[in-house]
Formats: sequence, C-alpha cells, structure tokens
Amino acid sequence: MWITRRVEFSASHRCAVAGWTDEKNFAVFGPDANPHGHGHNYVLEVTLSGQVDPITGMIVDLKDVKAVLNCEVVDVMDHRYLNAEVPPFDRIVPTTENIAREIWKRIHPHFSTDKVQLHEVRLYETENLYVEYRGE
Amino acid sequence: MKFTARYPFSASHRLHSNVLSEDENWRVYGRCNNPFGHGHNYWLEVTVAGEPDPLSGLLVDRKKLDQCVEQEILSRVKHANLNEQVVELKDLVPTTENVAYVFADLLRKGWSRHFSKTAVSFDRIRIYETRNNRFEIEANEVKQ
Repeated sequence: MWITRRVEFSASHRCAVAGWTDEKNFAVFGPDANPHGHGHNYVLEVTLSGQVDPITGMIVDLKDVKAVLNCEVVDVMDHRYLNAEVPPFDRIVPTTENIAREIWKRIHPHFSTDKVQLHEVRLYETENLYVEYRGE
Repeated sequence: MKFTARYPFSASHRLHSNVLSEDENWRVYGRCNNPFGHGHNYWLEVTVAGEPDPLSGLLVDRKKLDQCVEQEILSRVKHANLNEQVVELKDLVPTTENVAYVFADLLRKGWSRHFSKTAVSFDRIRIYETRNNRFEIEANEVKQ
C-alpha cells in the first residue's frame, strides 16, 4: 500500500549556469534565466510504501511524516531565494529536477526502515508542470 | 489502458484501538482519538484496466461503473459513521489504510456482479482523506 502526503512551499529561484553568458542562459532556460529571479508556489507530494501495522491500522504516523517534511523541506525552502540561501543551489541550478533530487536526498534517511520506505517524490513547479523522482 | 473515476463521499470516524490503553490511543492517534469522532470529505478514486472497445472507444461503461461503486461501497458509507455502520470495519480501526483495504475487498468481491470476466478488470483504488493525504492499494493486495 502507498501513502502520499502533500505540502506546499513558495520559493524564488533563477535558472542559470554560472560559467555561461547571459545569452546562452536565456537560450537554454528562457525567462527562467531572468537575473532578478522569480518564484513559484511549489507543491510537493511524497509517497511512502509499507505494510499496515495490525494494531494501529497505520503504515506510518502522518504527524511524523508532516514533521519530517516541515523540518527537511518547508522550514528550509519556504519563502527563500534558493540560489542564495539554500545549498546546494549556490552551486547547482535549482531546476525542478534538481530540487526534487535534493528533497529525496534530505528525506530518504527518515523513510528507510523495514516498516516504511520512500517510494516517490513528485514536485509541482506549477499545476501544469511536475517531475517525479524515485531515487534512480 | 487505465481509466479512473473519482467519487466524493463524506463520513465520520474515530481512531481508537481496543487493545491499547487510553493513554496509548491518545499518543498514537492524537486528535483523531476524540471520543465524539470527527469527519472528512473523502474522495474515492477507482481505477479499472482494459482495452477501449474499437467501435465505441470506451474502456468501461461509465454508468455501470458508477452503479457498481454506488452499490458496493458508496450507498453504505455516504454520511455514515464508519466505526458503527460498516460491518467490515467493526473489528478494525477505521484508519484510511484499513478503509482502503476494506473498500478494495468489497469491490473485488462485488465486481463479477457488475462486469463479466472478459470485460474490464478492477485495478486499484485511491482514497483521499483530505487533499493532503491519500492512500493507494492495488486490487491484488487484497486476499483472493
């Protein structure tokens, strides 16, 4: 069985490669390369897999899942300029792909027990665009 | 190909296990242990698998699917108290995990009353307890 928890956070970013010219960055990233940055209301869906505990009837306590997502993602990224304030995005481009990978890296240790495993991170940059990452 | 339809329903429940003490129940379930119960606007998503009919282009007769879900599940849980009024949940804590298991089992058992063997198969259900929590179970996870 799978359980999915959804949280939202808002953050700004700029997609540009440090060594490239503005011209090349605009050619690759389009308006995302705007030097002043811009923001999104991100929606994160984290899917866990596991077996239902026969006594509690739960795979995992959703309060604990919420606490992990708040501590590892929302508290760190909400209302932040990712490039300047949230490593590793001072070094790598904060595309939705890279943010999803970073979120996986941060929360994976919390959901790697014999009872519950991290199955998928789905990150919506807007309601029309999302990436799915399963740690591959 | 897969086809999914979503059915909203509202119901109440209380999370409380008879094998745990009052303190343990409160620690495990928190506010969901409120003795008076509480409710949710659930969404049930039913996914079926099959091939679209070459002539009609339809994978499943939507009216039949609606009727199946209504008869096997919705008519029994709409505006109901899940602890008291759903006999299959009598000995289970009505967490959404357990509700998902029971609903999947109800659909598996009732499927042949609505669809022939050659038609579409029941693939999985997904239950949203709120827009922030959803639970998914495949048909083959329930006992045959």
